[in-house]
Amino acid sequence: MAKVIEGLFYSESHEWVKIEDGIATVGISDFAQKELGDVVYVDMPEIGATVTKGSEFGAVESVKAASDLYSPVSGTVLQVNQDLTDSPELLNQDPYTNWIIRLENVDNADLAGLMDAATYQNKFN
Amino acid sequence: MEEEIKRTCLYDKHIALNAKMSPFGGFDMPIQYSGITNEHNAVRNDVGIFDVSHMGQVMITGEQAEEFVDYIFTNDVTSIAEGKILYGMMLMQNGGTVDDLLVYKMGPNQYFLVINAANIDKDLNWIISQNKNFKVGVENMSDYYGEIAIQGPKSETVLEKLTGLKVSDLEFYTFKEYAYRGENIIISRTGYTGEDGFEIYGSHAFTQYAWDLFIQAGITPCGLGCRDTLRFEAGLPLYGHELSEEINPIMAGLGMFVKMDKPNFIGKEAILHYKEDLTKKIVGLELTEKSVPRAGYEIYNEDGKLVGNVTTGYISISSGLPVCMALVKIDYSTLGTTLYVKIRNKNFAATVIRKQFYKKNYKK
Repeated sequence: MAKVIEGLFYSESHEWVKIEDGIATVGISDFAQKELGDVVYVDMPEIGATVTKGSEFGAVESVKAASDLYSPVSGTVLQVNQDLTDSPELLNQDPYTNWIIRLENVDNADLAGLMDAATYQNKFN
Repeated sequence: MEEEIKRTCLYDKHIALNAKMSPFGGFDMPIQYSGITNEHNAVRNDVGIFDVSHMGQVMITGEQAEEFVDYIFTNDVTSIAEGKILYGMMLMQNGGTVDDLLVYKMGPNQYFLVINAANIDKDLNWIISQNKNFKVGVENMSDYYGEIAIQGPKSETVLEKLTGLKVSDLEFYTFKEYAYRGENIIISRTGYTGEDGFEIYGSHAFTQYAWDLFIQAGITPCGLGCRDTLRFEAGLPLYGHELSEEINPIMAGLGMFVKMDKPNFIGKEAILHYKEDLTKKIVGLELTEKSVPRAGYEIYNEDGKLVGNVTTGYISISSGLPVCMALVKIDYSTLGTTLYVKIRNKNFAATVIRKQFYKKNYKK
């Protein structure tokens, strides 16, 4: 059973986002990591790059497949999770603690159209 | 024609083990159970069990069986004794590969061919289309035989302990028939992982019995996901990737399995030509920074000219290095050449290396 965390917003492509103090933290859901299997590489954008809601910003690669990452909100890349460079398997261990990118210059209005935890959970029921 | 997807005799057992299933070669096959990395490491360091019942088996019999198999097969079956196995290919007249296969010499007039699942119908049609001038019988045994592979350094110990059969006297690429639970099963010391191991052919009832025996003893079930990462690291080809109707064995670097001193075999003329004038070759590549080179990705030279494609690639589980096999133009196949693999619109530098990413541990 895929774990869903309260307080996050989820996209149809199984990324999650949380906006706090104008900073958006983005990762992939437990369902996504389970579907992928063993993650071996995370392709992350450059700091300072602009990402657009719904557009590709990188990829998560498991042993067998590459899966593009789509940003749930627009913004400017403030941080990428360097831990994932050496230990991409952290995404399998805990995809909610181990975020992928942090964005600034985000707009709360971008959360429109994303799913809250209850709605996302319903996809698996 | 759309064909219904087939199931092996172990299908229900894969579902019960909660395997991730996916179509392969016309069968709904287990890709992974506990995870590809874990299963891969079980085979490298311990032992694992695979369902390979999707593989096809064809029996060639009759007074001209040897002559016929020698004619359609690249390796020299006239050179081997009963109980021996040869790896090789069936070729088209133009040298393109119909399939790669194992040939078991069962008796003076009896050969057992083990072929790829996806090619069963094609191979049978091919074999039958070539046998007009030979007194042979061709029997498709694929629906009779189930097949499991026991692979890894502990496979001999585990196989003997669980079945009570003595297999330690089997040498690499040999087999024996064993009377077991009221039938004749075939056990060979072969595999597709680069480790010591065995492949076991028997009825569906035997295969189901043997699967349960190993699983209940705690042996790691392994899916086709790690079968591919394991064979890849050992530099073994997969039909459709490193061999195909367009990729002949010389391009694939498998010339040692094509015996040019045989008087005649299908494709010999074409292979003679390719040996003189080869335009493409399968090479190994290692990326200079971390990313994952995958099958189909394009390969460019320094000047930005397309010179080839990746055929199989991974971050090697055993070494952690980003490596691939690739079919490239011959001018770019020299060891040490720098090429560029295009991954998501970015070029990653890569160096041509030997296409073996793991030292094989066969028991010889």
